[in-house]
Amino acid sequence: MGFEIGGKVINNRLFVGTGKLPDYSLIKRMYEDLKIEVFVVAVRRINPEKDKGYSVLDFIPKGATIMINTSGARNHKEAVKIAFIGREITGSDWIKIEISGELKYLLPDNEETIRTAEILVKEGFKVFPYISPDLITAKKLEDIGVCAVMPLGSPIGSNRGIDSEILIKAIINEISVPVIIDAGLGRPSHAAKAMELGADAVLINTAIATSKDPINMAKAFNYAVKAGRLAYEIGLPEEREFANASSPLADFIKSID
Amino acid sequence: MIEKFLNWADDFLKEYRQKEFNFNIRRILRKEEINEEELLFLLYDQDDNNLILMAERSKKLTERYFGKVINLFTPLYLSNYCLSGCKYCGFSVENKIKRVKLNEEEIIEEYKAIKSQGIDSILLLTGCDRINTPFEYILWAVKEARKYFSEIVIEVYPMEKDEYRILVSNGLTGVTQYQETYNQKLYEELHPYGPKKDFWYRIKTQERAIEGGVFEVTLGILLGLNDPIEDTFKMLIHAKYLMKKYPKVEINISFPRFRPAGTNFSEKVKVNSKTLLRLIFSSRIYLPPLGITISTRESPEFRDNIIGYGVTKMSAGSKTSVGGYFRERDSGIQFEVEDRRSVKEFVEVIKSKGFRPEFTNWIKGEIA
Repeated sequence: MGFEIGGKVINNRLFVGTGKLPDYSLIKRMYEDLKIEVFVVAVRRINPEKDKGYSVLDFIPKGATIMINTSGARNHKEAVKIAFIGREITGSDWIKIEISGELKYLLPDNEETIRTAEILVKEGFKVFPYISPDLITAKKLEDIGVCAVMPLGSPIGSNRGIDSEILIKAIINEISVPVIIDAGLGRPSHAAKAMELGADAVLINTAIATSKDPINMAKAFNYAVKAGRLAYEIGLPEEREFANASSPLADFIKSID
Repeated sequence: MIEKFLNWADDFLKEYRQKEFNFNIRRILRKEEINEEELLFLLYDQDDNNLILMAERSKKLTERYFGKVINLFTPLYLSNYCLSGCKYCGFSVENKIKRVKLNEEEIIEEYKAIKSQGIDSILLLTGCDRINTPFEYILWAVKEARKYFSEIVIEVYPMEKDEYRILVSNGLTGVTQYQETYNQKLYEELHPYGPKKDFWYRIKTQERAIEGGVFEVTLGILLGLNDPIEDTFKMLIHAKYLMKKYPKVEINISFPRFRPAGTNFSEKVKVNSKTLLRLIFSSRIYLPPLGITISTRESPEFRDNIIGYGVTKMSAGSKTSVGGYFRERDSGIQFEVEDRRSVKEFVEVIKSKGFRPEFTNWIKGEIA
């Protein structure tokens, strides 16, 4: 079930954010026990001094993929600087562009995100923009050459699931780069839903990090992501308002007077 | 503009006190957003069971916005020279204490000593004194701090926008400025002369700092000077005003309680721990994205128990004398520290509560 993204083959479609975790040592357990491969780390949280026990980089296993993020950036200029600093410290060129337009709903500034993507793609980064679910923005980003688009399901931390299904679906239908649903997924069923809709991956932070048992919650999300993806690949039955007779009796009924 | 909001808050508070309210607390706590009447209801409520419900709501909202993380910082007093005569402060010009100012070499020693404890966020403080600690002195300290720390916040005298701009381009990330009290009449009595005398110039400090480019600002009231509900309510109105006007900037608040400071001032209103909890929870419920700081003025018991219930930032291993991390000096203190545990000890407490002590809260490097 691996898929190609950002120049790599990734086998687990559950990506995990680290910013809200109670303990960075959980990262290793998620990597080893749950085979989660992609971890998102905010550059603003990375202490560049490694091997002293307080940098998140000391806790990310070799072999895992680090996606750095630009959270804290207020505009494209800051985001670009943060990306370069992050790449230098981590050696990773996977960059999630996150530019908050405001801090109450934590909604991203799509316009500044597009400007950042233009620059970072040219600079050779593997770019993963976090956006409000807007198809036109997603198309522009695709044209620029990003590796994926990451529309939010609902505001960060809100645990509301996919509140904007029609907008997300439009992106999934019309965009050919991978779509990763980022933010707002509070329950495994939300993640399963995202995968059933045809998302290529989901990114979970708050729901796992603030759970009473983050490892088992990550495990629950892991199952949900796999289940949702499998169902999507098989093809989901269409929803109908009325019963749809599928028994041989239907043919019999139609054949008699 | 802020004048209009604070005058409105004043009238609203007076009106509220005349009314009888019978809100249902559970209904308030179920709301995504509460209004100012509901905020005042929470602030004035006296029921312990309600306080427990508020704590739970506060915990959920804090986790949603900030996760299982406590940001740590350490304050460094660069100087205790002061030109203001604030009646409650240990550094007041009228206080006969030894005046000390760290020189460049001493600042570097103190930075190194603080850094060696793992600390990556620093708060630099001076008194209100542009003569002994001029802008250039602060600028030097900020520039040098950038070599060691990622987050650099100052709590000095109010400055002009252009000064903040220069500091930001040299590594400054935030500005802390306590209004102490939002009651203008009382403010003018307590700050009879000196640079701190001007109530409105001080209250607009955060806006000048934000326009100068800082990423975060902190507001604060000194509990014990005035009716804590009046000051908290007005501070929250101030915070909300800043959030709306500058939606990309992180707004923090702080509620230091008055501590003995070597003056003969005694607090006018005693604010007990239960009240302080109520102020913290109400603030979180009213403005969920707000950063809330608790310093070592509070006891270890209070600090340990508040983890997870609203606070986002805590100081640790603090000294309130000038310097003191590399070398102790006979400088007097601004106030007495209550929690004297080391950074290391406090880190263990945070971990034992199921939280992650976070030292790094900003990017080390040139962003602005």
